[in-house]
Amino acid sequence: MFYIKSELYLFDRTVIRFMMGGGIVAAAVWLTGQPEPAGAHGFAGDRFFPATILTDDPFVADEMSLPTFTRPPTGADGSHAYNLDTDISKRILPDLGFTAHYGWVNSAIPTMKTVTGFGALNTGLQYQLFIDPQREMMALAGLGVTWAHTGRVAALAAPDFTTLTPTFDFGKGFGDLPDSMPFIRPFAITGNLSVDFPTKTESAGIPNPNNFNYGFAFEYSLEYLQHHVKDIGITAPFDHMVPLVEVAFTTPLNRITPGVRTTGTVQPGIIWSGQYYQIGAEAILPINTLSGKGLGAVVQLHFYLDDIFPRSIGQPLLRW
Amino acid sequence: MSVTRQTSLRAARLALAVLAAAIVPSGVLSHAFLDHAVPLVGSTVHGSPGEVKVWFTQELEPAFSNLRVVDQNGAQVNRQNSAVDPSDRMLMEVSLPNLPPGKYKVFWHALSVDTHTTEGTFSFEIVP
Repeated sequence: MFYIKSELYLFDRTVIRFMMGGGIVAAAVWLTGQPEPAGAHGFAGDRFFPATILTDDPFVADEMSLPTFTRPPTGADGSHAYNLDTDISKRILPDLGFTAHYGWVNSAIPTMKTVTGFGALNTGLQYQLFIDPQREMMALAGLGVTWAHTGRVAALAAPDFTTLTPTFDFGKGFGDLPDSMPFIRPFAITGNLSVDFPTKTESAGIPNPNNFNYGFAFEYSLEYLQHHVKDIGITAPFDHMVPLVEVAFTTPLNRITPGVRTTGTVQPGIIWSGQYYQIGAEAILPINTLSGKGLGAVVQLHFYLDDIFPRSIGQPLLRW
Repeated sequence: MSVTRQTSLRAARLALAVLAAAIVPSGVLSHAFLDHAVPLVGSTVHGSPGEVKVWFTQELEPAFSNLRVVDQNGAQVNRQNSAVDPSDRMLMEVSLPNLPPGKYKVFWHALSVDTHTTEGTFSFEIVP
């Protein structure tokens, strides 16, 4: 018989420990950081953080990805898929933003009929904790929501339950290192830490665990090197490129299905940023067979709405 | 041509117009980024340069854009004549007195014509 456990199990001891740890980190950053007005699309002093493909950005913005085309590695069940996704970020206030993500999936499992449809709708509310131009640092706290029954539940395994995901995102550029380290200063790192809280502990007899999600982007900005550290003659289009490696992992914290462990991908690639849009491409390497087999790829076209529409939808909805 | 086909064509044209409106920039407006500078970013020059020139990727608002040059102690060393070139509004320049050897840092603050603000820094070194 189908049985849903008590919601009290959503907050077991392991999860509470993670929440307390995350709260302490966020509080420490909040207390030591010097709040600054949020800049548009990822500026912290000399540093420009491009919008990364796999991991979340540590800034509120007016931007749109349309489209993100993904050919994931072959699934653990042998499935081949193509995903077409769109994301939008919109500032409500200068430091408060809203995000939405929706995607269409074409999935084919050998010997079975190809299925297509939408995955789950994700939305988020984000608050810019601080931007420190001198240290090229920024941090953001948010709450993501994956909504139940907004995708094809039976055919594409879209969730029949809503998941709440508090997140903490950060970015740090290393331009504040001494001038004696000119070729290290273009490095930057961004990161995400979050925990999933599904509102149902089981779906169709399969447990829905609390997951710990952690991801990082390691970036080397040729734009920063050429225009802020040392003019070494890099010309267009290379002077606007950011080679990077993104990694993202998910580890179940409880209600673990036997055989299920950490999954994730490593994605080396490159992002070119222009005045109005950026183009990114990454290879997708699964970290284990549970994460997939073989090689995948993703390409993304991403628009800066604040530059394309500087006097209308590129502005925060309210100034407060 | 059938009514259905005409309706489909109209719908396709409308969709294209919406897409074009969404992706075509509304004029030459955007953040101003540093394009190149003289002295070169991070360079070492022999003798004091007479001025610092910075070219940007966008035209600037002269009233709200400026250059500042400081020495290793943070003291401002440039003359008070930072200005956007009226004949080339993508160029901003400031004069320098005869400076002794040492490391200097240029701070630029740029307001592009669509009111987007950007700022940044770079260094150069003077040797005898």
